[in-house]
Amino acid sequence: MHEILGWIQENQQMIYIVILMIFVGVEVIGHVPSVLHTPLMSGANAIHGVVIIGAIIIMGRAESDNYLSLILGFLAVILGTLNVVGGFVVTDRMLEMFSKKKKSPKA
Amino acid sequence: MELNILTFIYLIGAVTFILGLKMLAHPDRARKGNLLAAFGMTIAVLGTIFLYKDEEGNGLHNYGWIFGGIVIGGIIGTLAAKKIKMTAMPEMVSMFNGMGGACAALISIVEFNRMTSHPEIHSLPPSNFLSVSVPHGELLIILLGLIIGSVSFAGSMIAWGKLDGSIKDFAFKGQHTLNLVFLVGVFALAVYLFVNINDLYRFDGTVAVFTNKGHILFYSVFIIALLYGVFFVMPIGGADMPVVISLLNSFTGVAAACGGFLYNNKLMLTGGILVGAAGTLLTILMCKAMNRSLANVLIGSFGGSKATGEAKKQQGTYKEITLSDASVLMAYANKVMIVPGYGLAVAQAQHVCHDLEKLLVERGVDVKYAIHPVAGRMPGHMNVLLAEADVSYDKLLEMEQANEEFPTTDVVLILGANDVVNPAAKTDPSSPIYGMPILDVELAKNVIVNKRSMKPGYAGIENSLFFQKKTSMLFGDAKKVLQDLIAEIKSL
Repeated sequence: MHEILGWIQENQQMIYIVILMIFVGVEVIGHVPSVLHTPLMSGANAIHGVVIIGAIIIMGRAESDNYLSLILGFLAVILGTLNVVGGFVVTDRMLEMFSKKKKSPKA
Repeated sequence: MELNILTFIYLIGAVTFILGLKMLAHPDRARKGNLLAAFGMTIAVLGTIFLYKDEEGNGLHNYGWIFGGIVIGGIIGTLAAKKIKMTAMPEMVSMFNGMGGACAALISIVEFNRMTSHPEIHSLPPSNFLSVSVPHGELLIILLGLIIGSVSFAGSMIAWGKLDGSIKDFAFKGQHTLNLVFLVGVFALAVYLFVNINDLYRFDGTVAVFTNKGHILFYSVFIIALLYGVFFVMPIGGADMPVVISLLNSFTGVAAACGGFLYNNKLMLTGGILVGAAGTLLTILMCKAMNRSLANVLIGSFGGSKATGEAKKQQGTYKEITLSDASVLMAYANKVMIVPGYGLAVAQAQHVCHDLEKLLVERGVDVKYAIHPVAGRMPGHMNVLLAEADVSYDKLLEMEQANEEFPTTDVVLILGANDVVNPAAKTDPSSPIYGMPILDVELAKNVIVNKRSMKPGYAGIENSLFFQKKTSMLFGDAKKVLQDLIAEIKSL
């Protein structure tokens, strides 16, 4: 019990962020029209690619003789970049379709 | 001082994520929102590479490896995202999501090895008895990141394969139980590892060495989590994959947030939790749009047998139509309405469909498309598909408009749609889709239904439309059938 309270105290800022972000996340997309569900999913997918920062940190502080860290870290950087770059590009392509559609005259 | 700049950059990054996500939920600002979030991500990544300092104030090294990885990932990612066909977008998203999950799992593996190889050693005064203490908070986060990331990775890969068509739906008796066993197993092992971590060391003199048993336990958690991901998605029908992808998407968000805890990195935490929360809500919204509950999507697939059971009580007989009759009917009609559905997407038949439309228009037939909002079971699916085939926007009618025009329509051609035209939604209160707005195709003079077989749609319910007098069935793959129809009409 003591350990848990200590952990909460130590990480209280982080815990505040978690709680607030849950509300922000729900609030922000609350009224999304159904046509945008798919691009929104794709955009959110790109945003969680922020995990790449962790991969960069691993890679950047791996000792040069620690092959496990080097290899896994390198792989993690590649995968994270795939997530970020691929995610944003795919979303942009999807939304491009929508904007093209918007310009044409409405029926 | 440098660290302060990085803090500032992360702050900007967090704001762009929130604003970007907010803009993505509005049609006219969505594209800018995406670019804004991408900008935030770029500065955050660059800032991390050049400005990050660990607790001891050391900067990062291995720049060659970092940039190598980013260049490789960036090139593959861009090419894959640019080359992929519009129709294959959902599986692409799933693939990228899996990459993020795998990245989170790899981070956990590396951090676990780092943590266990440098434990804090205490020696107790009386006998100089040596003991080890591993920070439990950190371990908990590592294990959570590992489990969630692995499930997300494995699940996304299966979802990708399913949408791609390379993995077939696969369910067997007791699957439900097996999944439960995997889930309980993962958490039991993780809890065991968590509680006993300090006892999993042995001492070589005064050096603490993490035992093989500990390693085996850790990698068992990893492997079982992967297996769970596979078996969790395996039995869920291909048509429900967008919902599953959205759910796994929010899982990856949470896994990324675990990384935020690990590195005390508030941007990772913000982005991760934001996506976790928004993704969960989006999953629920998607289910609502198809008038089902999330539980129904996830577990409903186990009712594969239930669906066939219901299919047995057929309501009379249906009649088939030959290709030539269908083509004559359409070629000499005044107005034809095409109702696209998931079958069109699966068969990738949108271009052929556009060709048929052009051919009919040349013959003086008025051709329009009736788009149900959740046709294809992925919201906006049909709009994107037909836009890709250059179908003009004013030919796409929304449900309300289409329903006004059906009474004056001669032929309705339904391409692989089922539940969105099922009259049971209006007439049968006991039907699971009762209350869902549908396209009133039965108001038209003739209805031609193209399906691959008489099997019911995703909702697993019989469609009385198929047994009505004015309805005739045209079995076969949508693309093949459309090609044949075009050939027939040309030869008229």
